[in-house]
Amino acid sequence: MAALGSPLRTLRGLLRELRHASARAGRPYRDTPAYQHVMAAFRAHRVTSEKLCRAHQELHFQAATYLCLLRSVREHLALHHEYHGKGERSPDEVAGLVGFRLPQQPGGKG
Amino acid sequence: PLERKRFYQNVSISQGEGGFEINLDHRKLKTPQAKLFTVPSEALAIAVATEWDSQKDTIKFYTMHLTTLCNTALDNPTQRNKVQLICAAVKFLETDTICYRVEEPAALAELQKNEWDPIVAWAEDRYNVAIGSSTSITGPNIPASTKDTFISHLASYNMWALQGIEYVITQLKSLILSMGLIDRHITVEKAVLLSRLEEEYQIQRWGSVEWAHDYDLCELRARAAAGTLFVHLCSESSTVKHKLLQD
Repeated sequence: MAALGSPLRTLRGLLRELRHASARAGRPYRDTPAYQHVMAAFRAHRVTSEKLCRAHQELHFQAATYLCLLRSVREHLALHHEYHGKGERSPDEVAGLVGFRLPQQPGGKG
Repeated sequence: PLERKRFYQNVSISQGEGGFEINLDHRKLKTPQAKLFTVPSEALAIAVATEWDSQKDTIKFYTMHLTTLCNTALDNPTQRNKVQLICAAVKFLETDTICYRVEEPAALAELQKNEWDPIVAWAEDRYNVAIGSSTSITGPNIPASTKDTFISHLASYNMWALQGIEYVITQLKSLILSMGLIDRHITVEKAVLLSRLEEEYQIQRWGSVEWAHDYDLCELRARAAAGTLFVHLCSESSTVKHKLLQD
């Protein structure tokens, strides 16, 4: 069986990720279907640290996998934004890099 | 298009004839081929809805892996049938990452042996097959009986789940690691680590370049996680609408 750790920890991580996702949407995360589904599933299974039955393991694995998905997407987006999202510099900025300024032409370019 | 402005306020799911649908305000979500977007599992629909609701000002399609997987299952753009999908999946065994070993450097060869041998052993035991590993350039020699076992095992999955399985295999470059995930023997994080063992080895030696290494790592984790979740949600007989999953 996969080394999953404590179900409570997974649940907390999952709720944290759902909170992040909801913050982007600007809506309280407790209203979202995802939050309600996750809480209902955990309550129904009363997942504790006692590794009892197969269904518990399956639910925990699913929760851990979903947590990994949400977390990795968020981290990937953050990295993308930081390193790959800036686009091109404007002509002003490029000139500024080497200490020049673009000429001001009151009538526009000829 | 890579991105598009978010054009909807509310995302909700509803139950239709064929399964669960996604509503963006009053509009029903459609696939790229303009079919009605219907999924067989409520949990999957909720997760897809969450992807759409997580988009802020622009819709970043490249982060919506579950939506993409559903679209692939619904549209089947490569037009492959079940047999073709299974063959594509099993074919990967011939070049399975964890069977394909180096001889040098010795430290990497040792790492591969320590990390990959147990997984190969697990698969051989679980499926009662011979797999082995090889340092030859032609890769491992997989017996026909082994391939047959995997072919008939994969045939027990429905078409949607198979799309997911083939996707995970393509991402991880390993059938065995993918089965390890599907069978819940290893976590996504572990499967991705094992898939990227050589990269991790080089990173340990030479250092990590965040904008490349971590970027790739996060993306692979996201895709493998999405694929695995997709397979499990499409396979649970208790929550699945069978009409939609006709092979």
